[in-house]
Amino acid sequence: MSKFLSCTNMTGGYGGEDIIHACDIEVDKNQIVVIVGPNGAGKSTAMKAMLGMISLKEGILMLDGSDISKLTPQDRVAAGIAFVPQTMNIFSELTVEENLEMGAFLREDNVQETIEELYNLFPAMKDKRNQLAGELSGGQRQQVAVSRALMTRPKVLMLDEPTAGVSPIVMKEIFERIITIKNSGVAIVIVEQNAKQALNIADFGYVLVGGENKFSGEGQELLNNQEVRKSFLGG
Amino acid sequence: MENFEFINAIVLLSNFVIVPALSYGSQLALATLSLTIIYGVLRFSNFAQADWMSFGTMATILFTWLFQSIGITAGILPTALLALPFAIIVTALFCLLIDRSVYSFYRKQKSQPIVLMIVSVGVMFILQAVVRFIIGPNDRKFFDGEKYIVHALDFKNYFGLEEGLTIKSTQLITVIVALVAMISLFYFLQKTKLGKSMRAYSNNEDLALLSGINPEKIVIVTWIISSILITTAGVLYGLDKSFKPFTYFNLLLPMFAAAIVGGIGSPIGAVIGGYVIAFSEITLTYAYKKFFVYLLPENLEPSGLMQVLSTDYKFAISFIILVIVLIVRPTGIVRGKII
Amino acid sequence: MNEELRAPVAFTVMAILLAIVGFTQSWSVSLSVINLCIISSIMAIGVNLQWGYGGLFNAGVMGFTALGGLTAVLVSHDPIYEAWDKAGIGIVISAIIFVLTVTALLFVFRNIENKQIRNTLIILIIVFGLIGINNFYGPSIDIIESINPAKTGFLGGLGLPIIFSWLIAAVVAGLVAWVIGKITLRLRSDYLAIATLGISEIVIAVVKHEDWLSRGVKNVSGLDRPVPYEIELQQSEWFLNLVERINFSKLEAMQSLSSRQDLLNDLVIDSSGIFVKLCYAGLFFSFLLLIFYLSQLALNSPWGRMLRAIRDNEEAASAMGKNIFAQHLQIFIIGSAIIGIAGAMLTTLDGQFTPGSYRPLRFTFIIWLMVIIGGSGNNLGSIFGGFFIWFIWIEAEPLSIGFMNMLAGGLEYDNPLRMHLLGSAAHLRLFIMGLLLLLALRFMPRGVIPEKIQKK
Repeated sequence: MSKFLSCTNMTGGYGGEDIIHACDIEVDKNQIVVIVGPNGAGKSTAMKAMLGMISLKEGILMLDGSDISKLTPQDRVAAGIAFVPQTMNIFSELTVEENLEMGAFLREDNVQETIEELYNLFPAMKDKRNQLAGELSGGQRQQVAVSRALMTRPKVLMLDEPTAGVSPIVMKEIFERIITIKNSGVAIVIVEQNAKQALNIADFGYVLVGGENKFSGEGQELLNNQEVRKSFLGG
Repeated sequence: MENFEFINAIVLLSNFVIVPALSYGSQLALATLSLTIIYGVLRFSNFAQADWMSFGTMATILFTWLFQSIGITAGILPTALLALPFAIIVTALFCLLIDRSVYSFYRKQKSQPIVLMIVSVGVMFILQAVVRFIIGPNDRKFFDGEKYIVHALDFKNYFGLEEGLTIKSTQLITVIVALVAMISLFYFLQKTKLGKSMRAYSNNEDLALLSGINPEKIVIVTWIISSILITTAGVLYGLDKSFKPFTYFNLLLPMFAAAIVGGIGSPIGAVIGGYVIAFSEITLTYAYKKFFVYLLPENLEPSGLMQVLSTDYKFAISFIILVIVLIVRPTGIVRGKII
Repeated sequence: MNEELRAPVAFTVMAILLAIVGFTQSWSVSLSVINLCIISSIMAIGVNLQWGYGGLFNAGVMGFTALGGLTAVLVSHDPIYEAWDKAGIGIVISAIIFVLTVTALLFVFRNIENKQIRNTLIILIIVFGLIGINNFYGPSIDIIESINPAKTGFLGGLGLPIIFSWLIAAVVAGLVAWVIGKITLRLRSDYLAIATLGISEIVIAVVKHEDWLSRGVKNVSGLDRPVPYEIELQQSEWFLNLVERINFSKLEAMQSLSSRQDLLNDLVIDSSGIFVKLCYAGLFFSFLLLIFYLSQLALNSPWGRMLRAIRDNEEAASAMGKNIFAQHLQIFIIGSAIIGIAGAMLTTLDGQFTPGSYRPLRFTFIIWLMVIIGGSGNNLGSIFGGFFIWFIWIEAEPLSIGFMNMLAGGLEYDNPLRMHLLGSAAHLRLFIMGLLLLLALRFMPRGVIPEKIQKK
């Protein structure tokens, strides 16, 4: 029985040389998978490949038993994959609430309920619902970005470095929320620079080096692995 | 007596500065809105926009003639207002045809904005040819219905003043129609899902795609809205003055000036910019001599015309303002997109 | 087609087209077209330097052309001493006040930090500057414009040979470009286009309406010529002999002496016109070659390579510490100076200065069309584009009329549709220009003679 989302043998890049080589990533519902690795290891590229934002030379992507390898990014969104980019991940000139509404653009049903749920998850957003998202603080923007992605009620949520440039306290809060989201039945994939903290909350982790799977295993297992510690986690 | 002098001065100013500037400003604001929306969503400076204005107005004139020939008029209102919706449809369809056959290619290539701008110059030439071919290069008046709301002579007699105030019906129509159009546009952009998605697309294209917003649909809606605004602006301008392709073409420059002065890409900025340019053009070229004659005691009366700039420089004024804005505040009054 | 072959083929085709006009219409027409083609080519080279090599969109071409034309007038026209005597001092004083005002504004803008004080000072300076200028300027221009208004009514020029004006035009246009560049070159490319378009509109408004300077729309005619006048030629011995020798066989064939004399007279009149045009063509063409040679030299120098590097990758060039702004300013000045030269040449050729004929939007974009069709980034391409597009622009009218006649072939002479079609023929050339631009951008974006890819 394969996982909920399984990507196997992904090979490709931005048209020039291949950046990822035979890369495998799998994630199940109620699970957080973290992808770590040194700079330029192809972490973000792997995530973009999973989203269909780059065209792969090889590789098969299966979501809940159906092949999504040939779908466009938008169709993958419709199929239930949501993505939070690292930068430019909010509509800065729209209000917080409008950001959420845009997240739910494809939904025809009443979205107000989901909006309320997200306000409960991130109470700080509720007070600022009518402010322009671009005027918020870094941590609050991140909350808006994640909430926008959640508005589609995705089955898989992908986050590209959600804690880049935020304070340790905010980072802790974001990770806590991600766990809450996981518990609601979503499969989560995170690309992270802050490897230690991320692996701490991960159910499963991949270490990418030079575009290839170098290590993989449960979060704690990787944290305890001497070789991983030495090379990426600073001893 | 003193008081009358003051009222005369105000009436004089209203008649020659405020009323004309309000109506010209409204026309310019609508036209600038269409320019700025194209810029905000499709991301290029459309040099063909003034000629779309000609095209839309021409279509309206043709429909007006058709209606008049079969005996349909709008009573005291100009027939052109009845023709306007039909002309908008024709203009929008033609816009979409040009988009399909010309612009979409460069959008798919993700060409630089400058390339799209040069392409729009080609479209500009073609539109000029089409308009001149169909209706000719000459001046056309297509106004019918009641001409005045307030006539200078009646006004003078009624109030016993030396100065009369004239309000042409086209001026009132302009202000009302422009207000309705602007309010509907802002309602659309702020309150409807489609309008919000347009703003979202303009703000962050990649994220809009990730949210499932269909870019092609946004593009179509953008051209339709642009056609509505530009045709309405052109018809109002033509009713107020007259229609001549070359005059319309020359409005491109004040339109750009208004867009940049207001902050390009920002709809509110476009409206502000339109009025700023219109009021500057008229206030800076108006000769205030008579105005001061009313206001000042006899021994202080000015000898010259009291004109800041000669009317010869009417068109140059928008650019002088543009240059000043570019130096002092390049983002425009309302911070526009990006510079 | 092989890219090496494109240039020779393109120019051969162009030569054939011009020869066809020479044979079917007349050589005089063909030469007129050629002269304007050469001037267009020079303008196109100027634009190409800015766009093709610098990536700058200058939509102010007509402004610089008008400046060149104005320079031609101011250099070659005789000074109007009476005007200078009576009002020259007022104009000089207002010019000084103007310069002082601008200097003061710049000083305040740069050196005063406090916003409130700065803004107050700026307003004060502007108000006092305006009052000061108005005090001297208004009365002076009234005097100047009242002196023999039918013939002069302006200050006149320096009374130098007009050919000097070509070089001075380069300096004038370059100086104005320096000012404009300082203001606009930091802007995005499409802002730059709109700003330059606007500034050229201002320049043309000044030339059109400041009668004391340029006679405005009353035009300045009868400008000095760098080549002989037809009437002089017709009366000079050597020219008569030359015409006689060239047409010897034709003249021999004539029976009577009187018919021979008549024919000779006709031939002399025709030939004098052609001779004058040939002189212009020779003069213009040598300038074209000179400008082409110098441009090529500059572009193949390290300076030109750096320019292209900046155009191709602004970020990388900036990261390497290149001063992009300075480079852009230099190329903007040089390109504009070349356009200024072409403007002076144009006025020289016309023998008159007609400010009303500078239509910024339309002609600016025709020059642009020349550069794009010819091949952006290739000066040879710009020369070809200059010839080709001007040729089309001129010949489109007779061709359109022919085309419309064909369309209306079956219709009665006074059929309204036929009248309409023929009446609209002139607009077809706008259509052709637009279509050419769109087709070129779509199917031949690198132009007829593309830029050579530089070997790394």
